[in-house]
Amino acid sequence: MKKFLSGNEAFAEGIRLARPQVISAYPITPQTIVVERLSEMVEDGSLEAEYVHVESEHSALSCAIGASAAGARAFTATSSQGLLYMAECLYYAAGGRFPIVMMNADRSTALPWNIYGDQRDSLSQLDSGWIQAYAENAQEALDLALMSYRIAENKAVSTPFMANLDGFVLTHTYETVDIPDREKADRFLPPYETDNRIDFDAPKNMAFSAGPDTNYIFKYKEHKGVLAAREVIAETEKAFAEIFGRKYTGLTENYLTDDAEYIIVTLGSIAGLCRETADKLRKNGIKAGVVRIRYMRPFPGEEISDALRNAKAYAVLEKDISFGNEGTVFTNVNSALKKADVSVRGYNFIGGLGGRNISAGDIEKIYTDIANGTESVNFIGIGGGANGK
Amino acid sequence: MASTINTTVSTDNALKEIIWLGRGGQGAFTAAKLLGAAYTIDSDDKYALAFPSFGPERRGAPVRAFTKLDTRPVVDRSQTEKADYIVILDDTLYSPQLLELLKADGMVIVNSKNEISGVCTFDAEKIASEFRLPTVNTVMLGLLTGISDIVDTENAAEAIRNYMPQKIQERNINALLRSVQEVIK
Repeated sequence: MKKFLSGNEAFAEGIRLARPQVISAYPITPQTIVVERLSEMVEDGSLEAEYVHVESEHSALSCAIGASAAGARAFTATSSQGLLYMAECLYYAAGGRFPIVMMNADRSTALPWNIYGDQRDSLSQLDSGWIQAYAENAQEALDLALMSYRIAENKAVSTPFMANLDGFVLTHTYETVDIPDREKADRFLPPYETDNRIDFDAPKNMAFSAGPDTNYIFKYKEHKGVLAAREVIAETEKAFAEIFGRKYTGLTENYLTDDAEYIIVTLGSIAGLCRETADKLRKNGIKAGVVRIRYMRPFPGEEISDALRNAKAYAVLEKDISFGNEGTVFTNVNSALKKADVSVRGYNFIGGLGGRNISAGDIEKIYTDIANGTESVNFIGIGGGANGK
Repeated sequence: MASTINTTVSTDNALKEIIWLGRGGQGAFTAAKLLGAAYTIDSDDKYALAFPSFGPERRGAPVRAFTKLDTRPVVDRSQTEKADYIVILDDTLYSPQLLELLKADGMVIVNSKNEISGVCTFDAEKIASEFRLPTVNTVMLGLLTGISDIVDTENAAEAIRNYMPQKIQERNINALLRSVQEVIK
């Protein structure tokens, strides 16, 4: 069924189809609407779940962890300071191998206080052990909601899943989405079954301590679990395409990269404008391409290296800065290229902080700047001719 | 959402951009959504984005909303800089500077009892009050539908049927149909 929905509403539709048994969440702009819609669905009986009102984000994820430890499929959602407030629990969820799904509405972090979109919240949590996906549009958001549980709950993975939607430009923008049939969704995603739960018939120790003699083994296995998601994401997308007819391309989505000389690597909803700009530049004979990172964890190092191998220069465009160094996505990309022995000039462009618009002109300038050579780390709108624009 | 993309997308420029201006509570964003829904309602080859000016909401404060319509996926999610139509629900929000946001062949439609030079004015409140509607958003949608060939009237009515609460559907559809008729007159 087709409906004209916002990104938040589309995600809520996907979660309804995934049938979580426990939802615990605390509202925060721009995530609020997803939890409002889910509470309405529980109220009208179209989603049979225990909806737990909690007093904070820390409790929201703690509750989801408890639910998952009881063998339930659990969902939560947050944004920005809310994600940071639940940071302690992110590690508990990942270390406990609880396949919780969380939607994060990507939003700026304080101070200065700001409710608009950037990706500094989720990118600051790359090391927490969660799978991290970034949607470009509302349809992909809905489909991710449905696919996320199948990936997270796979026995080899057993890792929590964070689905990121750019605040406002994706969460609050309406577009037409296709909502899958419930019967097909049930066929795609069977109920959650696990041994990693409290079971009176088979008592076991959970959420225990592990000293120096064994701790590293748990961390190694946690790492292996996230890495296992690579294969599982591919299998899941294949099954999704077979049932629903929509195809996804794994950890990255490449656009015109085969013969591209200049490539922008980016993530989230800005990728569409990058592709459109690449089209425009190609008409002027400039071989432009785009790599959209769909998953930051597991990181698509090989995919990115393959796409950039024959380029003359690349830019990493991200809504993040690790102060005193560079954007974190840039660091990750450069490390992957080094490992793959790919030597291409690379530049970092920091944009969209605090919700600032990134225009088609800004993107065109990135392509020109990397062709001509520029600073290693560039803040869009600061410095050069664009100063104070 | 597409799979591996290996051909350039069509570059036919069918893109239409509409800016809606109203005050918080007047339903400018609802009109923006209805237009997007109406445009895409009966076709898989039509795409729309609708979004408000982002940020805190306050009743009575000026609100902008945007609808972008195209025959290929709309990927530019930023606020419209040059519109085909600017639709203004409250004439106190009109200022000549708005014309800078208009394409050369663009048009401004204002709900007003008075004439304003260079723009199309219409007393939308008169129709809204006939149908006991507190706001003019669906009347303005009807005017835009009548003036432009962006959407079919039936699709606009269907969008109201699909996306407005049931108890106010009929009055809003009638107001829409009536305002389309006014344009044809």
